[in-house]
Amino acid sequence: MPDLLFNLFAVFTVACALGVVFNRNAIASALCLLLCLVGVAGLFALLDAMLLAFVLVFVYAGAVVALFLFIIMLLDAQGGTRRAFGKLAVAAGALAAGLLATGVILLSGSLGPAGSVPLPPPDPSLLNLGETAELLFTLYLLPVEVVGFLLLIAMLGVIVLSKRFAGLEDIK
Amino acid sequence: MIPLTLNACIVLSAVLFAIGFLGVLIRRNTLVIYMCLELMLVASTLALVAFSRFNGTLDGNVFVFFILTVAAAEVAVGLAIIVALFRRRQTIEVEKLNALKD
Repeated sequence: MPDLLFNLFAVFTVACALGVVFNRNAIASALCLLLCLVGVAGLFALLDAMLLAFVLVFVYAGAVVALFLFIIMLLDAQGGTRRAFGKLAVAAGALAAGLLATGVILLSGSLGPAGSVPLPPPDPSLLNLGETAELLFTLYLLPVEVVGFLLLIAMLGVIVLSKRFAGLEDIK
Repeated sequence: MIPLTLNACIVLSAVLFAIGFLGVLIRRNTLVIYMCLELMLVASTLALVAFSRFNGTLDGNVFVFFILTVAAAEVAVGLAIIVALFRRRQTIEVEKLNALKD
């Protein structure tokens, strides 16, 4: 059953990812990204990372994609007069991306037999949220604080970036 | 039917990353390029979660938690920069945003 679900989610995710790249309409791209993230959240759930699946849907699908859609509509950046991509660019890009994927796949072969064991049964102690919370608030307490501060700085940065300052408009 | 193994997860993650990379290379719309960057980020988190699950630890999941937080902050700042750029230049096509090249 997990194998079947894995295949389904994998095909769905890759198809939606291709949709992000090859859609000429920016809004359709954003909606494909949304579906792709839902597929990845399904894969996370399959790998017993329920918290991350929820966080991915809340943060990415909820906040990030909504922000993307909002900006696309604000800027009215549907496409423009030119084509979204050229034939030569597609060929060169596909070659580069194919080489990249081949390299990683060949490297993953060096995992040896550890790479091909089936999914081990989940450790029941790792499935409850308390275990993650304990890690976050003991071993990773400093990163949690730093990330909180980073979010504050990002918020202030966005406010400064979007504010119009008098006297800066004439700088070319 | 491909069984759910560590190798399968890494290959899927690599394929997703490559698709995102392809999008960054070929698209002209800055917003779509940014979406493809997000796709690459999510692909890398998939590999981390798979390693974490197959090793029986939670550290990879905690890393992914931080990556998602930083990605959310990054998206907010990046989109603010794109909006500021659009206000000044009236375009978001990368080929017209070449002031540093000239």
